Amino acid sequence: MIVSRRGLFRTPAIALAALAGLWAALGAGSPASAAGELHVLNWQGYGTDEAWALKVFEERTGLKVIHDYFNSEQEMLTKLRTSPGTYDVVLINNTFTEQAAKEGLIEPIDPSKISNFADLTPQLRDSPHFNIGGKLYGIAWLWGVTSFAYNTEVIKDRPDSIEVLWDPKYAGHVGWRDDAVESVQMAALATGQDMNNPADLDKVKEKLHALKPQIKTFWSSEDEWNKHLAAHDYDIAVYWSGSAARSKKAFHLPVDFVVPKEGAIGWYDGLSIAANAPNPEGAHKFIDFMVSPEFYVKWDTDVGAPASANAKANAQLPADAMNRAVLGDPEVVKRLQWMAPMTDEQRQKYQEIWDEAKTSFAQ
Amino acid sequence: MRRTVRQRLTVLGLTAPAYLWLTVAIFLPLSAMFCFSFLSALPLPGRSVSFTLDNYRTIFSKQLYLINTKRSLLLGLHVTLGCIAIGYPAALALAKYVRGRWREAVFLLIVLPFWSNGLVRTFSWTMVLRKDALLDWFVRLFVPDAPSLDLLFSYPAILIGLIHAYVPYMILTCYVSLQAIDDSLIEAARSLGASAFTAFRRIILPLSLPGLVAGTILIFVPVIGSFMEPEILGGKEAIMLGPIIERQFTASANWPLGAALSFVLLAIVLAIFAATWPFLRPHLRDA
Repeated sequence: MIVSRRGLFRTPAIALAALAGLWAALGAGSPASAAGELHVLNWQGYGTDEAWALKVFEERTGLKVIHDYFNSEQEMLTKLRTSPGTYDVVLINNTFTEQAAKEGLIEPIDPSKISNFADLTPQLRDSPHFNIGGKLYGIAWLWGVTSFAYNTEVIKDRPDSIEVLWDPKYAGHVGWRDDAVESVQMAALATGQDMNNPADLDKVKEKLHALKPQIKTFWSSEDEWNKHLAAHDYDIAVYWSGSAARSKKAFHLPVDFVVPKEGAIGWYDGLSIAANAPNPEGAHKFIDFMVSPEFYVKWDTDVGAPASANAKANAQLPADAMNRAVLGDPEVVKRLQWMAPMTDEQRQKYQEIWDEAKTSFAQ
Repeated sequence: MRRTVRQRLTVLGLTAPAYLWLTVAIFLPLSAMFCFSFLSALPLPGRSVSFTLDNYRTIFSKQLYLINTKRSLLLGLHVTLGCIAIGYPAALALAKYVRGRWREAVFLLIVLPFWSNGLVRTFSWTMVLRKDALLDWFVRLFVPDAPSLDLLFSYPAILIGLIHAYVPYMILTCYVSLQAIDDSLIEAARSLGASAFTAFRRIILPLSLPGLVAGTILIFVPVIGSFMEPEILGGKEAIMLGPIIERQFTASANWPLGAALSFVLLAIVLAIFAATWPFLRPHLRDA
């Protein structure tokens, strides 16, 4: 026999030890967040993980902030569903707050514990997407615009129409985000429809298929967007206002953001408290700090951020800051269409429309 | 008697971790996904779902999924053929002509891609293939006025990235088969008057078939479901079944459709191997 006695004895023992290790690794994620900690779930690099801010917050409250990140809203919901009682504060886009509340993933917030509550823009603060059944499930934090930005060194005349994305002059020089909802909404805006409920989906399809000669490639993250623009993969591309401000300020790219005359996609994010949060008191304090002008002004000035839902915070920005200069213009805000919650059926329909358009691009 | 019991215990002890692992890591998630593929929607708290065949009906009735199934299968075919074209001659040379230290050095070069992270490897290709970047610079060393190849964001770019990632599998599996062929068999064939090509066709190729089949399976199966390389390198050409399945899970919350698409793909793979099995079986058994 090749296997000796000792070997025979050892093999299952090693296997058992390995299993025990696996068990511990699987179990370790769920229980017990230590006291003095605050667990935040957010996109990476989206404000709550600014190192200086966490230091200030820890000095004031003694709470150490620990982050976990998601890469899509679906992933955020999945994390809340599968790890109840793990997170305290979670960033939720207004279109998902109602779903999260109805699934019992988040709990009501006490506005009396948010000292900056009165300064928040009423249009966002009192949105029915946050106020559900007489209770408040989200504190409006940031808002921004999805539209497009262009390379100012290549394109000299500032475009004012969304049609520039379909202009044959820029065929093969357009960047697009590989996202079904955003694509359908952009096409709805370009065809003069209500982007939350486009009546004529055939027009939307036609408009999307017409992108075939235009698109050079797709981007999926801010980092990728910057690299593509710097490498001249594209000169004009769908983009987010906050990211455009960062590309300009932090990465010194020759970029300008356009809110065209046809309108643009407006969105806003809220901060919510996860159901069974281990530290709801700390969560209220953290949210209050995040919506304060103190945090926002430094964040936007140092790094670049979307516009704040706190009107006082926006007003304290330098006069040339994009969030004050471009998005602070009431005429621009009037042109926006605000994103509303969507049903899964809508989402799946849009995904199919977009996948069909992409298939036509590849043929 | 005691001896056989002990032997069985040994075998059990040795294989139990693998079987346990297979059960936990492959069988359970796969069966859960199989159930998902028959649901009308993702089962969430407070939502009623029912069993349905609609997901499969959708897949077989919509052009979108048929076209992209074809695209994925073609990609798998092209990448596998590319890996054979590059990998098989390399394995043959390694097994029969390269000796000693050189063999070790070449092996190291072959295995090197395994040591780098797949994402990093794919992104580094973007730097090579981009317009007026490394590849164009290299070509212009020889042809100064050559126009840019501009390969990035094209179908060839996907092929390059995937073949680079998977060719080591083909080399290693073919090498093992080729190395096992007794040189005296080839010498006998030649001394009996067979040309080098005939000796290759009648002796080497059939005897190395197991390695070729193993390499093909190892490459074809993951490639038809790949989504990272197409999305990073393919630009507008990236749309395949792999990326579509990914979006069903990450973007449109349609796990049932995503699961159904995965199982259709699995069924196609099994059907392909089942169809080719009768032709391969005699060769594999002899070896």
